[in-house]
Amino acid sequence: MAGEKLETVAVAAEKAESPKIKSFGDFIDFLKKELKPEGSIATPFNIISLPIMLLGYVFIVLRLASGLGKPITNLSQQYPWGLWIGFDVVTGVAFAGGAYVLCFIVYILRAEKYHPIIRATVLNGFLAYLFYAGAIVLDIGRWWNIYNPMVGNNFGVNAVMFLVAWHFFLYMLAELVEFSPAIAEWLGARKARKILGAMTLGAVIFGITLSTLHQSGLGALMMMAKSKIHPLWYTEFIPILYFVSSIFAGLSLVIFEGSISHKVFAYQLDEHHKEQYNDILVGLSRICAVVMFGYFFLKILLVVHGHAVKYINTPMGYWWLLEMIGFVLVPCFAFLRGAQREDTALIKFAAIITMIGIILNRLNYTFIAYNWYVPLSEKYWPTPIELTVTASIILTEIWVFRWMVRRMPVLREPPAWAKAMGHD
Amino acid sequence: MDRRDFLKIMGSGFASIAGADLLIPKRPLASTPGTEFYGILVDTTRCIGCRRCELGCAEVNGLPLPDISESTNQTVLKTPRKTTDRQYTIINKYETSEGPIYVPKRCMHCNQPGCVAACPVKAMRKREQGHVTWDVNCIGCRLCMISCPFDIPKHEYSKAFPRIQKCNLCWDRFNQGQLPGCVEVCPTQALMFGTRRQILEEGKRRIAANPGKYVDHIYGEYEVGGTSHLYLSAVPFEQIGFRNDLGTVPYPEYSTGFLYAVPFIFVLWPIAMLGMNRGTKKENGEEKEEHHGEETDKGKH
Repeated sequence: MAGEKLETVAVAAEKAESPKIKSFGDFIDFLKKELKPEGSIATPFNIISLPIMLLGYVFIVLRLASGLGKPITNLSQQYPWGLWIGFDVVTGVAFAGGAYVLCFIVYILRAEKYHPIIRATVLNGFLAYLFYAGAIVLDIGRWWNIYNPMVGNNFGVNAVMFLVAWHFFLYMLAELVEFSPAIAEWLGARKARKILGAMTLGAVIFGITLSTLHQSGLGALMMMAKSKIHPLWYTEFIPILYFVSSIFAGLSLVIFEGSISHKVFAYQLDEHHKEQYNDILVGLSRICAVVMFGYFFLKILLVVHGHAVKYINTPMGYWWLLEMIGFVLVPCFAFLRGAQREDTALIKFAAIITMIGIILNRLNYTFIAYNWYVPLSEKYWPTPIELTVTASIILTEIWVFRWMVRRMPVLREPPAWAKAMGHD
Repeated sequence: MDRRDFLKIMGSGFASIAGADLLIPKRPLASTPGTEFYGILVDTTRCIGCRRCELGCAEVNGLPLPDISESTNQTVLKTPRKTTDRQYTIINKYETSEGPIYVPKRCMHCNQPGCVAACPVKAMRKREQGHVTWDVNCIGCRLCMISCPFDIPKHEYSKAFPRIQKCNLCWDRFNQGQLPGCVEVCPTQALMFGTRRQILEEGKRRIAANPGKYVDHIYGEYEVGGTSHLYLSAVPFEQIGFRNDLGTVPYPEYSTGFLYAVPFIFVLWPIAMLGMNRGTKKENGEEKEEHHGEETDKGKH
């Protein structure tokens, strides 16, 4: 991203002045200006990501035209959910949990220490739901009926899936409201900024409530798969496990993505923010360590309580141990150690290992520990097309994130007139 | 706390309660007096594996007609199969301690189906007469497939406009006073259609009247809370492809723990968070940090 290195503080300050938008025509002109690339387009990241994205779009059209059968996906009657639901949607939503956790910390508990990263985190969360929950449209077989859980008179109100669908939709709205002050500042819309700023607390409280329910709700979807999920993973408390793990999954992504953003967009950060960032990492690291230890203990408790200890000395048991020890306990101690020594490299390493552990956990529930007894020849593996489409969705989201962070006051300080209005 | 904060908290509490009531799962209505569930008694000691039920089912449902000649059957019945998106019912052959036994496999039409509880748009419905049917408002989320302990719903993956396919106990024929397609063509009366009460009675009668012929268990009487396809067997059911570890809890009950927690979280979380936000507020010098539009509490008691 060579373009960023050319930008000076003066240019950034010029951006901080509000644009004069008085009509829709003005808005279109402004948008056109903002959509023009700032620096070199042919950066290494762009050169690699763009072909993958375009290929993914082609595959999406193919999928819509010909259905979910091979070679588009390897979904089968035994494995109705695969990479798109298991990774894009379920894991993606767990990773997006950083938004509700951080909002709780900053707006409810008022820990101002984490304020500098709240906008980037909320933006990430909003885009995650937009793209990953949006990926649902791709995966459901009868996608033209997607609005059915929302409108009509056939609401399956007793269905967990109905709750999850509504929550995703409402949560996207709540996050949009939470992020909208930044959009108002970008457009120079002072009146809107005032009103939207006043709505933040309500949106945050609504968002945290919704998040609690749909993070656990994604786990509750699997409750009726009791006969199919391996006893080391199946428990009546799957929803609680999903909720608790979404806390450190989300914070690990905040650490991971934050490390990258803070390097790429370093020119936007003032000295104060750069100093604070280390403290933020240490704080998040402590939270992760504590929650992960609680989660590990909870898992042990549930396995003992569920009389599943005897399964540990089996092949699936070893796989379970790998997930629990290698990807929960080890990063838990790494977070603890990293926080104690203020070792940000160790903290970032712990975050990556934790994220892999979350991916493993969610995929276990979707198609690895789900129908675990099915012979190897009938098992599900993602196709190249599924992998490409997933990569394409993630890269598109990164492109949108990058554009918004460049143009809007996400990491950089808001304009003076907005700061005078107070807390965003 | 001042009047304003108190009213805010009470207001959000009541709003949550009112909204949350919509989310409390209501138990399904008991069937209208005079309406009973219908089902099929499957007597595997009478099944001869001719597969005419497969042909009959395909004919009434417009599905590809299977080849059920003797020679084809020999090959087809070598390995147990599953139902598919093209076959709502199939016969499987099992070599058991009592010799070869033939078993028709199809949707069990559970009393409390997991697929119905899972469906977010009521595409899967349990009719008052017991039939579990699929409808076209389905969004294709495939949660019904995950939630069925018998792995029955099948998705048409190869189609651009897929459906979920499974036996629907010939719902349309039933409403025209006809028997299910499979029952009508069975040459040995291995399949008996009637109300669940009737077929359960008949199953128990057969067991009592023929000591030693049947295992003293009707599969589907209590499994997963009871099903409307009831099976009789000469051998323990594990030998003929049935799982014996599904329990007797109706499958929807596995989700109710979570669903019952929803209204509580919807009410308690906002109240707790608003309380915490108010409780952590510094009284002095915090005007600038306050949200614009929310007046401070100085002197507002």
